[in-house]
Amino acid sequence: MLEIHRDVCGYCGCCVSVCPEGALELIDAYLEVDDHCTSCGICAKVCPLGALEVKDEVKV
Amino acid sequence: MKSRYDLLVIGGGPAGAIAARTAAKAGHSVLLVEKRPAIGAPVRCAEGIGKEALAEFVEPDERWISAELKRAEIVAPDGASMLLEADLAGSKVGYILDRKVFDRELVWQAAGAGAEVMVKTRASAPLMEQGAVRGAVLETCGEQKKVHADITIAADGVESKFSRWCGVDTTVPVREIMSSCQYLMTDIDIDETCTTFFLGNKVAPEGYLWIFPKGRRTANVGIGISGKKSGAGHRAKDYLDRFVKTRFPEGKTIECIVGGVSVCRPLERTVADGLIIAGDAGRVVDPLTGGGIYNAMYTGNLAAEVASKAIGDGTLDAAALMPYDKGWRASTMGKAIERNYHIKEYLIKQPDEKLNAIIHSAKCLDMKDFSTLTLVKELMKRNPKLVAELAVLKASL
Repeated sequence: MLEIHRDVCGYCGCCVSVCPEGALELIDAYLEVDDHCTSCGICAKVCPLGALEVKDEVKV
Repeated sequence: MKSRYDLLVIGGGPAGAIAARTAAKAGHSVLLVEKRPAIGAPVRCAEGIGKEALAEFVEPDERWISAELKRAEIVAPDGASMLLEADLAGSKVGYILDRKVFDRELVWQAAGAGAEVMVKTRASAPLMEQGAVRGAVLETCGEQKKVHADITIAADGVESKFSRWCGVDTTVPVREIMSSCQYLMTDIDIDETCTTFFLGNKVAPEGYLWIFPKGRRTANVGIGISGKKSGAGHRAKDYLDRFVKTRFPEGKTIECIVGGVSVCRPLERTVADGLIIAGDAGRVVDPLTGGGIYNAMYTGNLAAEVASKAIGDGTLDAAALMPYDKGWRASTMGKAIERNYHIKEYLIKQPDEKLNAIIHSAKCLDMKDFSTLTLVKELMKRNPKLVAELAVLKASL
């Protein structure tokens, strides 16, 4: 799943523009991810600051 | 806020503001909504624009001009530089704006022309009627309201979502997003009338690094790199930090901003039934320079003109709005986007040695005007091989 490090995020919207699923949205200074996210990692790659991270699902 | 307007404009940047101003001047009822609490902030821009380009839409005003430009410098990967001088040495060729004040001024003008403005107001869904866009659901401070409009202009920037909700795919390919970072630095030694561009695969892979003066001993120092080249440990900020550390070790950073700039081709279609897409949301940024302020104002203005006519005629479908799409593509701006896309595609594939050779071909170029077209023509004169390598451009030069 996608983890947003809010202390790092510069809320610029770079990630939103490349998301193939349209799963990200920038609401003023708050980046939201919805359940369309496939954890493809494109957003994490392009982020100028490294605020996004795809983490392995923890299976319970 | 009423429940019905002729025109709903989503986004309060230069595209939205000029669209709202033009439509309001034409006598239409207009609502402009901006999701952020303040127009123009935070800045997402290196703030450069050409002199004539700016004057086409607004009279220059010292309140929002940070610096007047007289020349530009391109620095090769090996450090050699090429100076671009105006034909008439010392004449003004462009500006670095203060976007916080500039954007606010444009919205001010839109309001002055009669447009309603709402900040901290977000369009969260389109209102669809028989497949056509007829306004939007607006959210403001926890309240939701449906606002109907004959035509909606999506000018919601690089992070645009509205058009996507209306069925238009706006995804920027990962290799064509410029992942960008910029510091506003002060107490640094710079030429306060010169923009400097640094090229090279080590400095800024598939992009460039810039120093744009912002007044006394102050500049926007920023970088854009291809999303393809970005990753952990080698992001835009990493490259910028490395540059700043050696170039301006004593400089003080008083602002740090980030952003994404699309350098892809524009959307295949920038209209739908009841919808026009303008500015960065339409992906009309210049793919070579990454400049988008003029293109935003141009498309915003044209969007409002075409919308105004369509509303007057009472036909609001995509066919009635196509003059917008066709219009900007056929304009000087549209042709420059297409041409510069090819030049960009060529340049990003060149190794540093080739970039060095091109820049070594002249110490100083006299430019009859400060356009990328003039620059490319001058470079071709000095690098005959480029003519063959850029053969695809032949018709447009």
